[in-house]
Amino acid sequence: MAATQRLEVTLETQLESVDLAENIVMRVAEAAGFGEDDIHKLGMAVREGVINAYNYGNCQDRRKKILLGVEFDPEKMVVHIIDEGRGFELTEVADPLAEENLLRTSGRGLFLMRAFTDEMTVQRGPHGGADLMMAKKLPHRVSGNGQSQSE
Amino acid sequence: MPLQGTCREIGDVAIIDFSGKITLGEGSAMVRRMIRELVDKGHRKILFNLGDVDYIDSSGIGELVGAYTTVRGASGELKLVHLTRRVHDLMQITRLFTVFDVPADESTALRSFR
Repeated sequence: MAATQRLEVTLETQLESVDLAENIVMRVAEAAGFGEDDIHKLGMAVREGVINAYNYGNCQDRRKKILLGVEFDPEKMVVHIIDEGRGFELTEVADPLAEENLLRTSGRGLFLMRAFTDEMTVQRGPHGGADLMMAKKLPHRVSGNGQSQSE
Repeated sequence: MPLQGTCREIGDVAIIDFSGKITLGEGSAMVRRMIRELVDKGHRKILFNLGDVDYIDSSGIGELVGAYTTVRGASGELKLVHLTRRVHDLMQITRLFTVFDVPADESTALRSFR
């Protein structure tokens, strides 16, 4: 079995980190063979995750860091976004599709992360903040013998 | 590409042609500023042309919703036209087609204002 590959980047709590994280993940996804739409979805999911860490986790506190981790197992690409905030439970988050929330100007980021990936969980990070995990199945490729296989 | 917005008027409808990304930061702030200026000048029929907007994140969606409530709060109407495929998909999964009127094209939109 192939060894797990891992990339970790420590981001500053600043607006520029949102674009930076998105660009990093899109380039990694492209190298992993994802198609254009999936690259866009992964990039946007990560963008929303880092916005969440920047705004709500670290409360725009520049002394705090955001850890972006990307790793591969044989089946999927897994992204972690870990902040230094107080953490939260997904059950605490209002449903943005509920009629009474449609006109809210915020609260759609986690929904988009879930919509654009195959798995999403939130756990407590090592320092008590939120550890947002998102995973997307790797694209299937056709091997030399004509059989479809996962990378 | 940073967001750009150009305003023109046809009859009593103010049309903003946006191009670029409506995302957290300057893009979102520009939408807020432009809609505030139009409403303060007395405009009540406003059309956003999003034909050259290829990317909107959750902050951008929030700004569109904020613009909608600002105009509606002034007894006006805000409509959207020419959504790109990705923006269309985003509006669909967030159920915002139930909020926004999105006419088929600009001339249809102009006729649809009350």
